[in-house]
Amino acid sequence: MDAFGGPIWSMAASPSGSQLLVGCEDGSLKLFQINPDKIQFERNFDRQKSRILSLSWHPSGTHIAAGSIDCISVFDVKSGSAIHKMLVDRQYMGVSKRKCIIWGVAFLSDGTVISVDSAGKVQFWDSATGTLVKTHLVANADVQSIAVSDQEDSFVVGTAEGTVFHFQLVSVTSSSSEKQWVRTKPFQHHTHDVRTVAHSPTALISGGTDTHLVIRPLMEKVEVKNYDAALRKITFPHRRLISCSKKRQLLLFQFSHHLDLWRLGSTVATGKHGDTLPLSKDADHLLHLKTKGPENIICSCVSPCGSWIAYSTASRFFLCRLNYEHDNISLHRVSKMPAFLRSAVQILFSEDSTKLFVASNQGSLHIIRLLEGSFKHLHTFQAQSGTVESMCLLAVSPDGNWLAASGTSAGVHVYNVKHLKLHCTVPAYNFPVTALAIAPKTNNLVIAHSDQQIFEYSIPDKQYTEWSRTIQKQGFHYLWLQRDTPITHISFHPKRPMHILLHDAYMFCIIDKSLPLPNDKTLLYNPLPPTNESDVIRRRTAHAFKISKRYKPLLFMDLLDERTLVAVERPLDDIIAQLPPPIKKKKFGT
Amino acid sequence: MAALEEEFTLSAVPLGAGPDGLLGVEQCDKTDQFLITDSGRTVILYKVSDQKPLGSWSVKQGQVITCPAVCNFQTGEYIVVHDSKVLRLWTNEDVNLDKVFKATLSAEVYRILSIPGTEPLVLFKEGAVRGLEALLAEPQQKIETVISDEEVIRWTKFFMVFRHPALIFITEKHGNYFAYVQKFNSSVVSKYTLLLGQEEKSVIQSFTASLCRKFISLMSLSSDGCIYETLIPIHPSDPEKNQHQRVVRSVLLKTVVSGNARNALSVLDQDHVAVLGPPLPASKECLSIWNTKFQTLQISKELPQGTSGQLWYYGEHLFMLHGKILTVIPYKCEMSSLAGALGKLKHGQDPGTQTMPHFVNWQTSQGLGSQNSEPSKRILRRRKIEASVQPEVPASQQLLSNIKKDSEKHIEIELRKFLAIKRTPDFHTVIGDIVIGLLGRCKTEPSFYPRSSLMQLIQMHVLSYSLCPGLMEVALEKTDVQMLQLCLQQFPDIPEAVTCACLKMFLSIGDDSLQETDVNMESVSDYSDAVQEEKMEEQTGILQNGFNPEEDNCDNCDKELSEKPQNTIEETTSCPVIPKRAALLNAVLHSAYSETFLLPHLKDIPAQHITLFLQYLYFLYLKCSENATMTLPGIHPPTLNQIMDWICLLLDANFTVVVMIPEAKSLLLSLYKFVKSQICICSELNKIEVSFRELQKLNQEKNNRELYSIEVLELF
Repeated sequence: MDAFGGPIWSMAASPSGSQLLVGCEDGSLKLFQINPDKIQFERNFDRQKSRILSLSWHPSGTHIAAGSIDCISVFDVKSGSAIHKMLVDRQYMGVSKRKCIIWGVAFLSDGTVISVDSAGKVQFWDSATGTLVKTHLVANADVQSIAVSDQEDSFVVGTAEGTVFHFQLVSVTSSSSEKQWVRTKPFQHHTHDVRTVAHSPTALISGGTDTHLVIRPLMEKVEVKNYDAALRKITFPHRRLISCSKKRQLLLFQFSHHLDLWRLGSTVATGKHGDTLPLSKDADHLLHLKTKGPENIICSCVSPCGSWIAYSTASRFFLCRLNYEHDNISLHRVSKMPAFLRSAVQILFSEDSTKLFVASNQGSLHIIRLLEGSFKHLHTFQAQSGTVESMCLLAVSPDGNWLAASGTSAGVHVYNVKHLKLHCTVPAYNFPVTALAIAPKTNNLVIAHSDQQIFEYSIPDKQYTEWSRTIQKQGFHYLWLQRDTPITHISFHPKRPMHILLHDAYMFCIIDKSLPLPNDKTLLYNPLPPTNESDVIRRRTAHAFKISKRYKPLLFMDLLDERTLVAVERPLDDIIAQLPPPIKKKKFGT
Repeated sequence: MAALEEEFTLSAVPLGAGPDGLLGVEQCDKTDQFLITDSGRTVILYKVSDQKPLGSWSVKQGQVITCPAVCNFQTGEYIVVHDSKVLRLWTNEDVNLDKVFKATLSAEVYRILSIPGTEPLVLFKEGAVRGLEALLAEPQQKIETVISDEEVIRWTKFFMVFRHPALIFITEKHGNYFAYVQKFNSSVVSKYTLLLGQEEKSVIQSFTASLCRKFISLMSLSSDGCIYETLIPIHPSDPEKNQHQRVVRSVLLKTVVSGNARNALSVLDQDHVAVLGPPLPASKECLSIWNTKFQTLQISKELPQGTSGQLWYYGEHLFMLHGKILTVIPYKCEMSSLAGALGKLKHGQDPGTQTMPHFVNWQTSQGLGSQNSEPSKRILRRRKIEASVQPEVPASQQLLSNIKKDSEKHIEIELRKFLAIKRTPDFHTVIGDIVIGLLGRCKTEPSFYPRSSLMQLIQMHVLSYSLCPGLMEVALEKTDVQMLQLCLQQFPDIPEAVTCACLKMFLSIGDDSLQETDVNMESVSDYSDAVQEEKMEEQTGILQNGFNPEEDNCDNCDKELSEKPQNTIEETTSCPVIPKRAALLNAVLHSAYSETFLLPHLKDIPAQHITLFLQYLYFLYLKCSENATMTLPGIHPPTLNQIMDWICLLLDANFTVVVMIPEAKSLLLSLYKFVKSQICICSELNKIEVSFRELQKLNQEKNNRELYSIEVLELF
């Protein structure tokens, strides 16, 4: 639905969650009522001169603060009129800037409004009188984001210089009850703009243009440096961005606005461990598929046979047929997609490429039969009653009989594709699923969770397998549990049923279920022992987790055929080189 | 997993429980103590772990307690209401309830609600709410009617929502149930319709509620045996519009008890509820723990003698009336998780580390002061009644008052006592206050100088310059070099002016007076064995590899230098200052500073002292260069960078002075020559480093992967 105010710059839900306020380009503020089935326009607020860039509700929901250009307005929600308009100084270190943009506001329950602006100021205002209480100049560039803790005794701001500042409400002297906001800690973990910050009870979280998500735990009083107190940096999305056609050896790369299809090269040479082989045929860039319009690609998939590509943006679903004639390829878009296929969260093809599984953002799962150049809708599994959560991960068994789907919290549902009914549900676990796969032949479902736990669930028996029970009883190695990045892909070797291949951003691992599990005293990362050692030693040091850190940061890894693995690295330097330059800081005489 | 432990009973004597059971079980301000109010005339204070009563109070014959006794967590008093309108307040020392503070109110009280951290609230039968403090100030004030006629309050609970008190109470009228939420800071009452009697034939038997982010999760046990959950927003979106808003009731657990008996419900944590009642119509009553997440019965315990249909849960104890006897069942539960259900939750601990779940608590450093300083009107009122109660004075306050009058010796003893007790979170500010107190007396009383006390306080490692600004000035005044050395070592934030003043004193103080002081010599090692190395150092001029010093036109300085070589050698071989002075100067070298602020103060040092200090620095520099790691021997010696920085600073600040003084000239020349030879070595080292880097690069190129490559990898 349209708010009829031009681009929407800001949005805020009321503390009770029943109302939504949007700030528009033309300076209008519009209040919407959120009903379970739809969003309904309720009222316009007094229109302001320029665009509304930031909004914040008073915790009681009676007032709101809106940051615009050069001024902050405080509105009464009931009447919709502005009670105070607080003008922000354009002056910046004596130099008058063109405009002062209020990037963020926060309304505290005692009536204080905190604003952050493009002149590098953090300002405290009294909303009752509309006066400036205090100014902190924290940066020479824009302060772009603010987040307040639930307790309202500390908040965090992020600047365009990549710095994050922590402010705390502390007593002025040891014995007085008078409290003051004090800038306590600066953190510099980003190289570029910090676009957003969040404040959890135990950590400060910041995300910026440099593609990093930084989690900085507030655990100063921990005496022993342990894992929980460590700083985390997360770079890659926890989703699969690459899909692979095993038959034709194709890789489909998903970017925000285009898809790239590559055919892998080959070699005729052989070599020993560690050799780089000469290429007899180089990798080919087959296809560059650009989307129209401004929407990002949400998900994409290439079929195992290589002749279908499906992808989806926020509002449209696309299905394309690829024809290969010698070296030429031609692409036909399948037109007339049914109305229910508007937007997908996850797409998957069956192993024989005859079926397409689409997880819609409404929580339902569609099964489509693919014919030569056309398709037929087979069935739709409706969302479980009472949930609106969409399924964000899908896995299909190689024999095509089972389909596993997982949302963010409500467990993994396994469907019988032949009889088109729900087969069973793996009980919900406290942490979300990050990867799913069904093993060939045994139809064991392997589930990786974000807390690094791995479960193996037998679909035919509807219970956890013996191996899964064993590893849960013994527990994972502590180093395994302390990894930062989640498992993003799981695959299996067709000839070795005891092996599970999985990878995260910094390692790939083959779990050999026939070997003993490592305990905390054994070395988890156990590089290949030298061949000259006796078999006894090799056997004694061997355990189920075979880890290789050869390729990192690893974006994708899959088994192409019995003897070939394909791995995609994404060097961070390449990403940073493409980023817009950060704010230049003058250093000494340069 | 949830587990019910062995039960135990509290009273051997059956309580005077009427047919309706007890009036209430309430928490006390001390852990493990609970106030039990029976439905007759008696309030008993129990210590649960000892299973024995600590005190018992009764109202007069003819009076009836109508509201369970609660504890005021702010003052530690107990409050009870008898005959619906009479409020009684008393403490542990009181014996007779007739003689304690009494207030008669104008309306009937439904309940007094008290939780830690805020003042108790009084909920009247007509739905009005008052703070206890305000009510006691004016007991006869008019109480408004909030709920309608024939509407009766059935249940109530009091929460703290982000430090703001919030109250919920449930009313019933002809089988219709309504929930009222009152936030105390906004004093807005929101009304919600819970259940309309004509829609369903069930009667709600028991309520329990917990706080769940921005909602109150209200659970109710209906006569159909099901548990329903209702989410009630704490912050209503529009208080006036949402009057009589209907809230959704969803089934949480189906048929957990048979409906017809008196059943009770209590929420234990976010996933567990305790239910009291017979599971089947014919069976005996049971206490069962249900997991609401997995919808499973965790544990059940039969209670053959029947209960009163009442259940209380505090901390880790479940209270109920079993037969006529009050029974306590300890209850423990771990967080439910699938991994837990499967056998293993997690490794208990990482090897080699201890779990330290201490998050920064923003309150700790502030809360203490404010709690003590808050003068309670209630305390004042009580003192009128019984004047013997002495408020506890914190040890630090006591010590501060002692400082103002006691002798040095006495203060020292007191201080030692104080330091021996446990550290509080605001320990460092308290220490700061004590030092300031001591210094304040130093200033008024010139003879007073509690040196050992101050030394002891500095050595607590918590002080900084800004916590006790006057300390170093006083030490400078008294020429107490030992104290100054200690301050320089301990304080991270000494202003440059003070550092410089210390330096001036250390350079000017006479050797004789230094000998008497007891200075920490840790940073100074024996420099006397320098004769051997001295020769080697001279050779550096000759042993230059691939570099000719003559190219640098410094013939004259060489010549000049050779004119009085004896002199320079003498200067460099032995330390120019006595070890004690060296130790003091090292303390200055170690202290932090900012060049811009230090330079102006350095200009004030007399020329001969500058020369002496330069000589000492040059000597240290030579010592440093003697070994490969460029460090000095000893524990915590000055580093090469510190020495170099100080040489540069001294030369910068006093360039003209040093150039003019004849005795400094030779020193400057030898320094210059030595630095030059060092630069030669560095340039040679640079060359070596570059060659090594090239080698490294060549080595790396082999491993460099192309954009696309095929590699052979042997996998296990």
